[in-house]
Amino acid sequence: MRALLELYVQQFKTSFATMLQYRASLVIWLIGQVLEPVIYLIVWSTVARASGDQVGGFTSADFAAYFLVLMIVNHVTYTWIMYEFEYRVREGGLSPVLLRPVHPIHNDVADNLTSKMVSLPGMLLTAIGLGLIFRPDFRVVPWAIVAFIPSLALAFVVRFLVEWSLALAAFWTTRVGALNQMYFVLMLFLSGQMAPLSLMPAWIQVTASALPFRWMVAFPIELLLGRLTPAEALIGFGAQAIWIAVGLGLVRIVWRAGVRTYSAVGA
Amino acid sequence: MPSPVIHLHDLHKTYEVSEREAGVRAALKSLIHRQTEKVRAVDGISFDLAPGEIVGFLGPNGAGKTTTLKMLSGLLHPTAGELAVLGYVPWKRERAFLRQITLVMGQRNQLVWDIPALDSFELNRVIYRLSPADYRQTLDELTTLLELEPLLRKPVRNLSLGERMKCEVAAALLHRPQVVFLDEPTIGLDVTMQRRLRGFIAEYNRRFGATVLLTSHYMADVEALCRRVIVIHRGRILFDGDLSALVQRFTAHKTIVVQLGDCSDDLRGYGEVVSCEDGRATLRVPKAETARVTERLLADLPVIDLTVEDPPIEEVIERVFEQEPSSGEEADG
Repeated sequence: MRALLELYVQQFKTSFATMLQYRASLVIWLIGQVLEPVIYLIVWSTVARASGDQVGGFTSADFAAYFLVLMIVNHVTYTWIMYEFEYRVREGGLSPVLLRPVHPIHNDVADNLTSKMVSLPGMLLTAIGLGLIFRPDFRVVPWAIVAFIPSLALAFVVRFLVEWSLALAAFWTTRVGALNQMYFVLMLFLSGQMAPLSLMPAWIQVTASALPFRWMVAFPIELLLGRLTPAEALIGFGAQAIWIAVGLGLVRIVWRAGVRTYSAVGA
Repeated sequence: MPSPVIHLHDLHKTYEVSEREAGVRAALKSLIHRQTEKVRAVDGISFDLAPGEIVGFLGPNGAGKTTTLKMLSGLLHPTAGELAVLGYVPWKRERAFLRQITLVMGQRNQLVWDIPALDSFELNRVIYRLSPADYRQTLDELTTLLELEPLLRKPVRNLSLGERMKCEVAAALLHRPQVVFLDEPTIGLDVTMQRRLRGFIAEYNRRFGATVLLTSHYMADVEALCRRVIVIHRGRILFDGDLSALVQRFTAHKTIVVQLGDCSDDLRGYGEVVSCEDGRATLRVPKAETARVTERLLADLPVIDLTVEDPPIEEVIERVFEQEPSSGEEADG
């Protein structure tokens, strides 16, 4: 355990040093992460204003609150591991990793967390700045604000495990781009990135709740905005726990099978 | 004989490679029915390595050298055969096994590109769970042997190829592996750097008693480091034994160099004249006749100087590859 902790500390340092080499691309990447929710925010506020400032229980100020929180939640839970793995397998970068006496997932977790820690303050400042422009309406529910932090952390874990397992498709095909594209489209609809799930048709809401998508992004947002009852919040935490268990199992099985394929075909 | 560190018996690796003709029609056809061909990269090889041996693993491109090294280090799963390294089954990649081996491949890097090598070394320290004292000591030794001091704090991408290779080798050896697989460690390096790296490998082997299996296209590497060589071609072993025995066995000729006053004498009666410049003649003679020809040359001509040499090792190796693997030239040792 101590050794693992030491590994994380060292990996943080390494990732941090690497990131500092790429300040410009980091900023550009962050701009993309800001722009997307802002575009949806503008679209939905316009729609709300056009229909008497009310769409499915959301006023334009509610939309502002929703998408500004989405920006933060999406930033915290986002991973780029699917691109990364494709690159690793294609460029043979996986071979040295396989020969290290440590599971490669630790490297990716640490790398992800470091990047989030570095960029989160900037992201929060941006959200505050945008808040001054778009005037969000926050309903303050103290217990929900407290519950938001663990729900966000768990959402990150769920999303990380799901995306890490999906990324391993790179072991079987060198063209995982199509799969990634499909996943991102599903993500857009089912995780609440394009619109709050409560605005979606019932069958989409059911699908989003049955699959991991809702628990990766929408759930922490709904919680923080005080749109959930305590019972709904508990169900959400339960769903996150289940998906973490499923995700861990998936990572284990897919990784083993993937490495077996990789070492049969040629490393 | 101590029990072998590396043991291979009748090891096979067959790849299934999909292939198709060029062109759109063939591309469409391959959508429905994919033609695959079996390639026997390694076709039944056997050998043992004793602790502390440095063995040269030679063969032309595509002979199966890298495939074998990958099976030995645990990256590839053998199709058939027995394989044990330090008593472990490599492809299971148990941590205790991985902590005792290393694989250095010329082009693959384990150094993080954008940060100084020292930071990558630190990462390896925690990955391999080295105690700070052991790490410090090994790092100091490696720094001295490879003259790394001025390189450690520069971002890896700012290093020259040779400098980077030295750092790669150091990163691969920080955990003091007992078994070292080197795939073309000197490729792309200048002569000085090659010599230094070679000296280092010999020193590492001497100091830590590590077993080393190396492939190289530079015969100088092999001559300097390896008493024993294993020659592989088309996935099969053509020769396994002492380097000197290899030369003995595959050379039917010797080279006699005579220094004469000029090139006016007709030397064709003594052997095949390879060249003659400024009175310095190079003759190729059958091995069995060397003594007789030398005697005759000394008796007949005003010889100033005379040397008898084996042909260059490159030439010998080339000759080995010309033999068919099935022609009875099977493993020697």
